[in-house]
Formats: sequence, structure tokens, C-alpha cells
Amino acid sequence: MSESLFQRIGGAAAVEAAVDLFYRKVLTDPDVMFFFDTTDMDEQRAKQKSFLTMAFGGPHEFTGQDLRTAHAQLVADGLNDSHFDKVAGHLQATLQELEVDEDAIAEVMAIAGATRDDVLNR
Amino acid sequence: MADISFAGESHALGADETVLECLERANHEIPFSCRNGICLTCMMRVRTGILPEASQAGLRDGQQQQGYFLPCVCRPEADLEIEAPADAELFGRAMVSEVTRLTASICRLRLRTATPLFYHAGQFVNLRRGDGLVRSYSLASVPRLDDSLELHIKRLGGGRMSNWIYDDLTVGEPLDIQGPNGDCYYIGGQPDRPLLLIGNGSGLAPLYGILRDALADGHVGPIHLYHGSRMAKGLYYRDELQALAQANGNFHYTPCLSGDSDEAQLERAAKPGRAEAVALAEHPDLSGWGVYLCGYPPMVQTAKKQAFLAGAGLQDILADSFELRDLRRLPRE
Repeated sequence: MSESLFQRIGGAAAVEAAVDLFYRKVLTDPDVMFFFDTTDMDEQRAKQKSFLTMAFGGPHEFTGQDLRTAHAQLVADGLNDSHFDKVAGHLQATLQELEVDEDAIAEVMAIAGATRDDVLNR
Repeated sequence: MADISFAGESHALGADETVLECLERANHEIPFSCRNGICLTCMMRVRTGILPEASQAGLRDGQQQQGYFLPCVCRPEADLEIEAPADAELFGRAMVSEVTRLTASICRLRLRTATPLFYHAGQFVNLRRGDGLVRSYSLASVPRLDDSLELHIKRLGGGRMSNWIYDDLTVGEPLDIQGPNGDCYYIGGQPDRPLLLIGNGSGLAPLYGILRDALADGHVGPIHLYHGSRMAKGLYYRDELQALAQANGNFHYTPCLSGDSDEAQLERAAKPGRAEAVALAEHPDLSGWGVYLCGYPPMVQTAKKQAFLAGAGLQDILADSFELRDLRRLPRE
């Protein structure tokens, strides 16, 4: 049996390696930093680890409804496609920086992209 | 087959069952969320037994050392005795061995405990007065260097505990003590890495402990301590810190004054500005650094973000934020 995406990408260690890089990118992007700026950075980091774990094809228990609920307030505050695209771009750049191979990156981006309608509550 | 001991009962762990599943089967209500070792909601602490490595992955070094683990991903091969984190919070007895006024608003309190407290400099304890009032204070003492516990108490306007300690508490009086708590302390094993310590006011207490702990542990990488105050008289322990800098070539001490009074202007030995601003301006690249932030919550919050953006890993930034009440971790009464 071939290895899963999560295994190929490096599992939990890859999530750990990616989370600070990714978080730093979104926090310094003036177009999306507003959505990630928080008083509890450790909690925000934990959320991003959960998200990355899911995007990397790892074990998770998110449902589409969870994603909707979690982002409802942000959508009310103006979260839209352009923000989603920017954040997706930061995810892609993070993976490239970590020298993940292009096929795996494409799979991750497909998983992340599939959450668009739930994240934007459509 | 492993047995899991919890809350005075023992449960046989089922085949391929996690500790969380086992406890749930026994009708214990353990808070949980992700069930995948990510969110840390279900974190518990081991009393005795060997934890599988996977059950501590993702926890901070300090949490791992203290035996915290995640029952949702814990499949032990041998018996474990475990407890909820709150069960560790029992009060013991201590006696005041010294109260010394360091400034007009900060005093040093030294305590001796009936039984030795196993702690790291920089962790905090909760003190309970006879009437039940509880407050948290951080440890400036180092177990291998000091034979009593040292706390720095900053008196706050209307602060019931701090003013009582500063004004009324005398040597020989008893206090209840719980702890140690918190993960803001020196972690050995990386003696070469640079350390940045930033604190204001009595936020110096944990940093003074962490600093001396690191030096005693043989830390050889540079250690930069920035202590901030509005007024020069708030920069206590200057002689002690300067002496440590004299004796240790890798330790650098920078007092900072943020007030705009004449007195602050005249104080040429201190840098003008807030401690975190001076520190981050002097160290713009913090990749690979260990960062400690202690004191006034808005400073800790701001500096945490700036240190992270300057390249420090979030797991390498340890903070002790002095919330005005006991918002850190309140023990059960």
C-alpha cells in the first residue's frame, strides 16, 4: 500500500515545522493579519496546527459545519474570497519554503481549497 | 495488560484503547476536543509509570518534564497512575524567614517550607493567607543556590495581599503555599543558544531566578536581560545584576527607563525607552533564541508578538504574565 499524504509530507513533525512559518506570514500580511491577530497566540497556534493537520491529510475531526461555525464571525467582519486566496497563498509559500515536493503541495492545496465554501459560509 | 489508576480507582486498559477512552468507559468526565493529540484540552499528569513518547508530542519541554501528557493519544504498555492537573494543587505550610523592602513599592519575601519544594526558578506559587485570600507570585530563588524561596511582592493600589505583605507580615508567621506552577523556566540541554530576558517591575523576580539558574547550569550562550521601570528607583537589584555581569562574560544587563521625568533623563547608566522596545531594537533577529517575558500583561503580549515576528519560535517564547488577580491558574479551595 502506498503511503498516505500525511506520511509522505512528514506527519506531525511537518505540522510543527510549518506552523510558525505559516503563522508569521499571515500575521505580517496587512490584508489578512486582522483575522489572525489575537491576545492568545498559543491558542491561535493550536488552531492553526489543527488546520494544517487537516490540510496535510492527517487525522482530524473537523466537519464542514465546524468550519462554518468557526468562521461565521469572521465572515460577518468581512472575510471573503480575496482573503481566502491570500491565506492559501501563504500556505503554499510555507510548503515551498520547507521544500515539500510539488505533487504533495498540489494535494494539500486541493484539500485546503475544498474548504472554501464552508469557511466563507456559502 | 496495563492498569490505569485514577481518582482512587483502577481500570484495565482495553486492547488498542487510549487512556481517554478507558476513563470515559469508566464514566469519568474528562474534558476533550480534538481527540488527536492536538488541542491539549484533555491534558493530564502522570504520577507514576512510563509514558509513551507519542502521548507527550507537541507539549512544551517544561510540560513534558513535569509529566503532563495527552490521554487521547496515550496507549501505555505498562501501568500508569495519573491525575487531573488540578489534583496536583494542594496547599502546604511555609514560614516567613525574611521580609525586606527593596523599593518604596517592592519587597522581598523569603519563605521556608515544611517539606522541600521541588521547583524551577521562574515558576510561580500561590500564597494563601489565614482568611483564604490567594495570590500568585513568581520564584526568584534557585533550588541549587538558595535554601529558601524568594518572591518579590509589588504593592498595588488596593491590593489586599500585596499591601499586607509589604506593611504587616513579619518573620516567623505562617502562610499556606501551593505549587510550583507554570512553564516559564530555564530548560537545559541547549547551553549555546542565545537567551533574551525581558521584564518590567517585579517581573524581574522570575528572570533573576532563570538567569542564575542558567548560569549555574553552565549556559555559555549570550544572555541578555532588559529590566524596565518608569522611575530609576524601580530598577532594584542593579548592584547584584552588575556583579553577575562582571563575573560572567556571557551575561549582559541593560536597565531601561521609560519615564520622561528629569530624573530618567539624568540617569545615563540606563537606556531610555521601554524594556521590550530597547531589547527588540538591539536584537532584530531572534531565530533560534530562547525568549522569556515577565511582568505587566500588555508588555508581555506586545513583546510576544514582536519576538515571534522577529523569528523566535512560539514554543521558544516563555511568558509569565502578571495578571492583577489570580488569572493564571487558580487552585481549587
